[in-house]
Amino acid sequence: MRAPVSWLREMVGIPLNEGGRDIAERLVRAGLEVETVEVIGEGVVGTLVIGHVVEIEELTEFKKPIRWCQVDVGPDHGGARGIICGARNFAAGDMVVVALPGTVLPGGFTIAARETYGHTSDGMICSERELGLGDNHDGIMVLPEDVGVIGADAAPIIGVGDEVLDIAVTPDRGYALSMRGIARELAFSYEVEFDDPGVRVVELPAPAAGAVPAECGSEDFGACGLFTIRTVTGFDPSAPSPLWMQRRLVLCGMRPVSLAVDVTNYVMLELGQPLHAFDLDKLSGPVRAGWAKAGSRLETLDHVVRDLGPDDLVILDDSGIIGLAGTMGGLTSEIDDATVTIALEAAHFSSGVVARASRRHRLSTEASRRFERGVDRALAPYASARAAELLIRFGGGIYMGMTAVEAEYRPSRISMPVTEPSDVAGMPIDGSTVVRLLQSVGCEVDESDGRITVDAPSWRPDLTDPADLVEEVVRLMGYDMLPSTLPTSALGHGLSWAQRVRRRVGMALAARGAIEVLTYPFVGDRELDALRLSEDDPGRAKVRLANPLSDEQPLLRASLLPGLCAAARRNIGRGNVDLNIFEIGSVFRGLAGETLVRPSVDHRPTDDEWSRLNDLLPEQPIMVGCVLAGERTPAGWWGASRPFDWSDAVESAQVIAEVLGVELTVARGSDPTFHPGRCAALMIGDAQVGVAGELHPRVIEATELPVRACAMELNLDACRGAAHSVRRAPAVSTHPVAKEDLALVVADSVPASTVMKALRDGAGDLLESIRLFDVYRGSQVTGGHRSLAFALKFRAADRTLDAGEIQRARQAAIDSAARTCGATLR
Amino acid sequence: MSGPNTSFDPKQVSVLSANAVDGMVREACEAISAAATLAALKEVRIAHAGDRSPLALANREIGALPPAAKAEVGKRVGEARTVVKSALDDRQVSLEVERDERVLAEESVDVTLPAVREAVGGRHPLTTLIERVCDVFVAMGYDIAEGPEVEAEWVNFDALNVPPDHPARTMQDTFYVTSADSGVVLRTQTSPIQIRAMLERPLPIYVVAPGRVFRTDELDATHTPVFHQVEGLAVDENITMADLKGTLDHFAQAMFGEGIVTRLRPSYFPFTEPSAELDVQCFVCRGTSVGNPDQPCRTCGSEGWIEWGGCGMVNPRVLRAVGIDPMRYRGFAFGMGIERTLMFRNGVTDMRDMVEGDIRFTRAFGLES
Repeated sequence: MRAPVSWLREMVGIPLNEGGRDIAERLVRAGLEVETVEVIGEGVVGTLVIGHVVEIEELTEFKKPIRWCQVDVGPDHGGARGIICGARNFAAGDMVVVALPGTVLPGGFTIAARETYGHTSDGMICSERELGLGDNHDGIMVLPEDVGVIGADAAPIIGVGDEVLDIAVTPDRGYALSMRGIARELAFSYEVEFDDPGVRVVELPAPAAGAVPAECGSEDFGACGLFTIRTVTGFDPSAPSPLWMQRRLVLCGMRPVSLAVDVTNYVMLELGQPLHAFDLDKLSGPVRAGWAKAGSRLETLDHVVRDLGPDDLVILDDSGIIGLAGTMGGLTSEIDDATVTIALEAAHFSSGVVARASRRHRLSTEASRRFERGVDRALAPYASARAAELLIRFGGGIYMGMTAVEAEYRPSRISMPVTEPSDVAGMPIDGSTVVRLLQSVGCEVDESDGRITVDAPSWRPDLTDPADLVEEVVRLMGYDMLPSTLPTSALGHGLSWAQRVRRRVGMALAARGAIEVLTYPFVGDRELDALRLSEDDPGRAKVRLANPLSDEQPLLRASLLPGLCAAARRNIGRGNVDLNIFEIGSVFRGLAGETLVRPSVDHRPTDDEWSRLNDLLPEQPIMVGCVLAGERTPAGWWGASRPFDWSDAVESAQVIAEVLGVELTVARGSDPTFHPGRCAALMIGDAQVGVAGELHPRVIEATELPVRACAMELNLDACRGAAHSVRRAPAVSTHPVAKEDLALVVADSVPASTVMKALRDGAGDLLESIRLFDVYRGSQVTGGHRSLAFALKFRAADRTLDAGEIQRARQAAIDSAARTCGATLR
Repeated sequence: MSGPNTSFDPKQVSVLSANAVDGMVREACEAISAAATLAALKEVRIAHAGDRSPLALANREIGALPPAAKAEVGKRVGEARTVVKSALDDRQVSLEVERDERVLAEESVDVTLPAVREAVGGRHPLTTLIERVCDVFVAMGYDIAEGPEVEAEWVNFDALNVPPDHPARTMQDTFYVTSADSGVVLRTQTSPIQIRAMLERPLPIYVVAPGRVFRTDELDATHTPVFHQVEGLAVDENITMADLKGTLDHFAQAMFGEGIVTRLRPSYFPFTEPSAELDVQCFVCRGTSVGNPDQPCRTCGSEGWIEWGGCGMVNPRVLRAVGIDPMRYRGFAFGMGIERTLMFRNGVTDMRDMVEGDIRFTRAFGLES
């Protein structure tokens, strides 16, 4: 809502020394967010005067037509003077704005008498844009004939020096979408009287004798509780709007159109009541509000044909639908430059009905914005009287009277302890202050037995609950009056296990060189195809957005890898070629449920409702993933570089398992995204919880990653579940260790992890640790086989092991490997 | 070895004469001094202090002396061997010192060579900023609550007093899952976590709820469709708006420094009433830039205050929707954007830096922003 300060001053006695910024600060304190304070014609210094164009000589010898004008600027400014002008939208006899030499225009442009087009141009005839009044640069400003005395100061007439506050109005403050509502807040803030124009009775002439005003009606008083029509006939469609009205409309961001349209807009800005003017001669029968029939249509004033249905509240006459109630009128009954009889609709429509229509038709208008936020239920007759008075004053015409239908109106009544505001705020506010503050916003307040009963004013439909009254009281006291105290406070439990897990994993990966990224969860088929994910792969996204930002990415990720690959590619494109990036985040698996549940909000949902609400949601496990490419260790004075390979991907999973205390085992894996021979399945027990390895060459090609790029993805929720948040202390033996190395020859097809497990199983409890320290393939070993060399450490908790014990344990390990893996001692 | 000879005259055993012994010592000492290396000294040790050294051989002859002579001669030889041993040891120490000095000098390296072969990585500053916020509240006795990103529309809107046609639903443009009437959305705010906390936790409730939220904004320098919020909720008997103010003041000080205060401005949110916008005092200029064009402040745009978030007293309608008696319990809630906080706190100027995952950006923040 744009509010010119000059208009506010006209409505309320703001102290003269208070400027736009001061006023804005008052409004902000009251809860109206003032986004900007704009000074109109900012930068104009010097004199702008009203000039009268006496004579125009067309100069044709130049590339473009130029006018040599004689403009009378009054005796005080030297009478007529010659001015060169390129605009053509004016004629001899017009009144214009003249900037005299010495005047500075916005942008620091100083007017001087200068030689141009063979004449001395002694000033400038100004356009709106040159004066910083608006964007209109179609021509110069032509003022009405009766604008004032020739030579008079034009600044106040055209609004130069005025200030405009741009206010962002929150949904609960519909009343602030009017000068009336803003002025009321200022009256309270400055502690001055407020003469409310919204309840002021406008004196209209008595209806013409025998006049028959247009009839009206409402088919649903729930949706349209008040409908009025005032009729004015004999209106002069060519009568212009007064300049001040046009200027105010422009300052408020609206375009002057014609007197009839301007008046409806002006009164809406002034009082907050949307109005609609019909050409009565285009109507047939009574005008009424009612519901549209399925399949009906309406071409609205914006020339869009809209399909309407039984959810649309419309304005009807006997010909059918002529408007979308509270939103926009129809084209067929539009007033035009021949309209002489005006039917002025002022009505009250339910905010929900208008909000729904506005959403459904994607049509937000000045009217719908106001109705959605709640229009003063009692305002319509006052506003339409004000509009009729303006139409008659400036456009002539005969008043034909008003018809109205109205449901009974009862203000919302709220009762609460008078101490409630004080209790909620946590500061003392005495009862008389509560009553006084509520009265100042227009409430009627009865106090008895420590309770107050409050009737909210018709312009505050947002006041329905005690909490709303508390807010009014506390904000009018000033939020800056609130003391700063602390609650007696809670007994917390610290971070949850899940939170500690995420932190620990992030910290461990980062400390080992990985860099966290946070990617968007939006994916599309192209990226999923690039990862070679089949339709039934769990990593294939299934949860679909109804309104994605991009049609290319309508799905929610079921895997972190698409986002990580994209982030990797972006980095590489920027020259960050050695990459170890990771992400911890949720993925979305399974489909959202289909049975809609919408419990009441008047009480707690039942357990059944609550579980059905949660059943609507897909699974959202937390995953950790990484993508590795380029070099892990760069070449340096220490030696050659070492590229990332499949084992770094496996390592990152094992580091996570290690820091969480999870027993994660690695098995040969198979995954369409990964190189078939370099893919590790990450297992907890018998369940696969992740995958790691080198990406499939086709995936690398499709995702445009460097060759041998690697990746890992692990279900962190599963790891968390398998981890022990409280770890058991080990028995640390102080007895000597016995070290045994052995090399086993096994077939290539036997995974090292299997051999290691067999050794461990065979060696028994005396085995303290086992480490694979060499893998050999070559002439010493049969083809298709390899030699795996292990270092074993044996130790007992309670004694020094003797040679025999060690030998038996070693042999048992070898026997186990021989039995399970066909291993032979080398 | 010779047997005892009681008639033997020591003066006639020449190797045991004082002169002879002194000579041996002298020779030994000369050789020791002449040994230039530890290896040479080892030779000298064998030659002059070893089993076959003249002194060792002389020592053997003592047994052959008559008892009366043994003591004197034994003392002489013993002293001689001590002198030699001590000279050897001294020479050993000084040669070792010499060697160490030389070897260590030879082994010296350029310790300014780059030592980091594998750089430490980094955690995303949004992650660590969220953790910082959580830690402040955990220290105040709050728990951390979480909830799903794909959320029931009822939890995201209805239960928060945003009825289906309320303009607030259009204030924040919502991603709907499957279809516009599926009842499932990408949560537009962290406030649904409040609803979950109130439905699932025992009273009183003190929680902060960080999380990722979604709105249908295109990515540009100041907007992103995916961003993070952190939200706080306290529900208890006798909670007041002054408690809200005090909690926020404490929070602001923990985040931005001692003495920093907050400012509340009346506003509107469906789930709180009264509602307020939350400003934090500029922690850079602390207001000194206001009306002082000579010292402009880039952090607050010389406003003295920075818009930080929203807050208010939990709307009793919200309490009712989760079955908490609003006659007995009151609550306060507050929330702020993490991206915005990171922008003004850490000087991030472009939203895209936080979402594109450029490792140069994140690495700069290390393990804590």
